Amino acid sequence: MQYLLMIYRNEAELAATPPAELAAMMAEYVEFTKGIIQAGQFKAGDRLKPTSTASTVRVRNGKVTTTDGPFAETREQLGGYYLIEAKNLDEAIGIAARIPGARVGSIEVRPVWPPAA
Amino acid sequence: MMPSTREADREVEEIFRREAGRVLATLIRLLGDFDLAEEARQDAFAAAVEQWSAGVPANPRAWLINTGRNKAIDKIRRDVVFRTKVFDRELASAEADAATAFEESDEATFGDDRLRLIFTCCHPALKQEAQIALTLREVCGLSTQAVARGFLVSEETMAQRLVRAKRKIRDAGIPYETPEPSLLHERLQGVLAVVYGVFTEGYAATTGTRLVDAELCGEATRLGYLLDELLPDNAAVLGLLALMLLHDARRAARESLSGDVILLEDQDRTLWDHVKIAEGLRLVDRSLCISGQVSAYAVQAAIAALHVRALRKEDTDWPQIVGLYEVLLRLQPSPVIELNHAVAVSMVDGAARALDLVDSLAARGQVSQYHLLHAARGRFLQQLGRLREAGCAYRTALSYAALEPERRFLRARIASIED
Repeated sequence: MQYLLMIYRNEAELAATPPAELAAMMAEYVEFTKGIIQAGQFKAGDRLKPTSTASTVRVRNGKVTTTDGPFAETREQLGGYYLIEAKNLDEAIGIAARIPGARVGSIEVRPVWPPAA
Repeated sequence: MMPSTREADREVEEIFRREAGRVLATLIRLLGDFDLAEEARQDAFAAAVEQWSAGVPANPRAWLINTGRNKAIDKIRRDVVFRTKVFDRELASAEADAATAFEESDEATFGDDRLRLIFTCCHPALKQEAQIALTLREVCGLSTQAVARGFLVSEETMAQRLVRAKRKIRDAGIPYETPEPSLLHERLQGVLAVVYGVFTEGYAATTGTRLVDAELCGEATRLGYLLDELLPDNAAVLGLLALMLLHDARRAARESLSGDVILLEDQDRTLWDHVKIAEGLRLVDRSLCISGQVSAYAVQAAIAALHVRALRKEDTDWPQIVGLYEVLLRLQPSPVIELNHAVAVSMVDGAARALDLVDSLAARGQVSQYHLLHAARGRFLQQLGRLREAGCAYRTALSYAALEPERRFLRARIASIED
């Protein structure tokens, strides 16, 4: 089954992180990503620009409205994701726990519906 | 000689009661779906009632599993609604597993299936209230109505809670597996928390008029024995089982005929169940003898053991109880344990020192609405002769207490001061 691992963390804290610490974390991400690619678990993964760059779009009665910012204001913001292939939820949780961001933020693990036939 | 019909019915009933849990646990593995397995078991039992009148098969468990599995496979084939891609895959895997079902139907496999079921029901990705409900329904075999009654919610609410939990197991891919060794210890803590949750819900229902629900206590103890059978010589399992037995042994003495709370120190010790106490004491010793594993449950059980070992309340070894609470605070710091520690300290060093401890706990603010904290403060203040403050503390406790017998107890305390 495929799982989407959504990486949440407080953007204000992230912005205040010293560059050396950021560089170390990026290196960890590179290592982690290599590991899941080698294990055949990686499907996709990206880092997102901050929510200050986000726009939210709605269509109501055929009319498009666009607003500034993310869908909901929360304490932690979505900052990146991995799409992985895992045998079951335990394996997915095991992978999520190895994401460097899990130590400072949180990872939401969501199973993906298989594509409709 | 042929047994009479009545006897034969009783025999079949006894087999159902004994095998229901194992049959379900194995059917879930073979069919890969809780609801399908429950229906299959029901169909198998119905078929058995019809077909066993001529005689019970040599291996009734294998018969029930086999019949249930075949009925389920027939149903999947027949029912067009089920014929989705997903179910075709499940059907193929069920058929493949079924081919090997008989060869491996030894005790160990059934034990493994029951353990799989327990770990799946207690998976940390489910809410704890759902874990408890699922365990009572699927592992203990309680009816949805009985589980609902135990938790004072409507049957409909409980049924929905169970449906949602089973749906999450299926949709999120919670595996029907015993966790791998590196995760076993941590996941077992979750299972034990569920078992103890069932017990405490039965032993000190948090709301309502009853103080003790013997059925829930009994189910929790049975679960403890089942875990001990499936995971033998585990310090935490033994410790929890001992703790439950030692508490449960005092059940009859804990509530007066009118349903009022009787504190440990005022209990009639001849009402304690000495068979359970002996068994509990034996299990605490076994748990504490397993080297390299100190379980917080075993330490709590050892505290309970010191209480029940005292023939008269004056004989209670309070200094050792204080010491054990200090061990417990290191293993598992919590405000509730701090409060119990303070009560033990009051028995050794007096109420003034205990009041200091409770006041410093209250000052940290985490448990300011915990009624037992205010009740303990009231008691220490009363012992120190500060009656007006004691009355205030008891009244605060009363404003937070939800359980009717505890409320009566607090009102009596207030009345005793104001007289």
